[in-house]
Amino acid sequence: MASDGIDVRYVAKLARLALTDTELEQYGTQLGALLEHVSVLQKLDTDTIAATAQVIEARNVDRDDLVLPGLDHAAVMAGAPDPQHGFFRVPRIIASEG
Amino acid sequence: MTEDMTAAAIARAVNAGERKATDVLDEAYERIAATETDLGAYLQLTHDLARAQAARVDARIAAGEHLPLAGVPLALKDNMCYIGTRTTCGSKMLENWVAPYDATAVRRMLDAGAVPVGKTNMDEFAMGSSCENSALGVTRNPYDRERVPGGSSGGSAATVGAGHVPLSLGSDTGGSIREPAAFCNVVGFKPTYGRISRYGLIAFASSLDQIGPFARTVEDAALAYDVMAGFDRMDATTVDRPVEPTATALRTDLKGLRIGLVREFDPSALGTEIAALYKRSYDELKDLGATLVDVELPTAEYGLATYYLIAPAECSSNLSRFDGVRYGLRVPGATVGEMYENTRAAGFGPEVKRRILIGTYALSSGYYDAYYVKAQKARTRVAEDFARAFASCDLIASPAASSPAFRFNAKSDPYSMYLMDYYTIPMSLAGLPSLSVPCGAVTPDDGGRAMPMGLQLVAPLFGEQLLLGAAHAYERATGHANALAAVTA
Repeated sequence: MASDGIDVRYVAKLARLALTDTELEQYGTQLGALLEHVSVLQKLDTDTIAATAQVIEARNVDRDDLVLPGLDHAAVMAGAPDPQHGFFRVPRIIASEG
Repeated sequence: MTEDMTAAAIARAVNAGERKATDVLDEAYERIAATETDLGAYLQLTHDLARAQAARVDARIAAGEHLPLAGVPLALKDNMCYIGTRTTCGSKMLENWVAPYDATAVRRMLDAGAVPVGKTNMDEFAMGSSCENSALGVTRNPYDRERVPGGSSGGSAATVGAGHVPLSLGSDTGGSIREPAAFCNVVGFKPTYGRISRYGLIAFASSLDQIGPFARTVEDAALAYDVMAGFDRMDATTVDRPVEPTATALRTDLKGLRIGLVREFDPSALGTEIAALYKRSYDELKDLGATLVDVELPTAEYGLATYYLIAPAECSSNLSRFDGVRYGLRVPGATVGEMYENTRAAGFGPEVKRRILIGTYALSSGYYDAYYVKAQKARTRVAEDFARAFASCDLIASPAASSPAFRFNAKSDPYSMYLMDYYTIPMSLAGLPSLSVPCGAVTPDDGGRAMPMGLQLVAPLFGEQLLLGAAHAYERATGHANALAAVTA
């Protein structure tokens, strides 16, 4: 398990979070400390252990292809920050770095 | 709390035509008005919706229906969708977002005759153990206003602890029902993962999140569970198997039950007064007829580390949807990418950002196997440990939290806050049904009033009937909740 410092700026970019320089430093320290704590897991032997994604046995479920009412369109759009003509308006995507 | 204020008593009286749901509601709002100003349990009170629902319940009773929660005032944690209400998750991101649909759990409570009075405060996106991470308000402990109510479901615990309403709903990912229940002298119950639909519960960590009730009595928690539990086609992780009724299967003793005490959870690590309290609790279990047996959970010490990789990983994925496009807040930017980054920077508080960062890191290329997959394997070991323990006992008993409610700002280091859930996280990783029931009070290390503590009981998967039954026997025999009085002025 790697315990070298986190490149917080890179992780923040992946997480789509704009952080100030102060925040970068603060989170860098805190995440480093947390990684120290979780490094205790290195002691636990899991070589032959399967990963658990969730505890209750789940299998693929088929259902009838029923037509059911969806959510009220106007109520859904009312919660959007910039609805227009029933769509979600966003800043220009083409020719931006996206 | 007087007997006539339990959910069971209210439903009985309303069903019998002796009380009106509308009158019961007015009385609840009077109690809320008397102490809410300095308690701060609610982010909003839903007077109009509540009056309409109470009137509907009275009409249904008049038409001859019998409803299991007829006229019972109910508080909802503000991460549950209730149509027409702001559903904020305690976050600036969703401060003004109005739910366009009902969560299944909420819908089932409404259909059963419950009357939601408002939406309660919580740690932002359910991340925290004190309610201090709410971006929208401060909630105080009903037993000492200088102390936190616990979290993340702090408002739901506080309003029941203050005697405003007999019943509330919370959600528990690593202890967010059980720890605040212990802090506020109420019963808090997290069912088996997958027993209650998460549809309409705004997701934090999807493999761990579970809705459950807070109540003044185990019977009331059981009534609420019986109403909410069961398969829901809107949540593929709900379990499609029959639900054993619990409210009609409560026990009066623990004869024939083996109750496991976990070696790794020895309360003597928590100081002499707390150790003495839990020794008394375990003796009380024995006095009720249980046989106490020692069990081991060798992986208990890995629980916290496992949880603080899995939960943030899932949170970083779930919260990626809050990007300023479809819901709530948007902060403009020159490009769409800048808009995402600015929105999330302004909308999320420090703890949420911390968890998104750690989760993103644990899932990132090059670290995924070392952190996320390793934690998932550790999770398997934790679940195996419990399975081994339950081979020699029927239930497990332990502390619900490592201390009574602490003062505001006492846990400024994030990890010291995470440690509050040391006793509850392993059960969450294993998906086990578990609850906290009041077991007495201790004087906090830093002085002040005696504060409540909780006994955690844990059952094997789907063992709700046994779990609630046993907790009821303990509660009835000991009456610890009634020995403490909430601060009313």
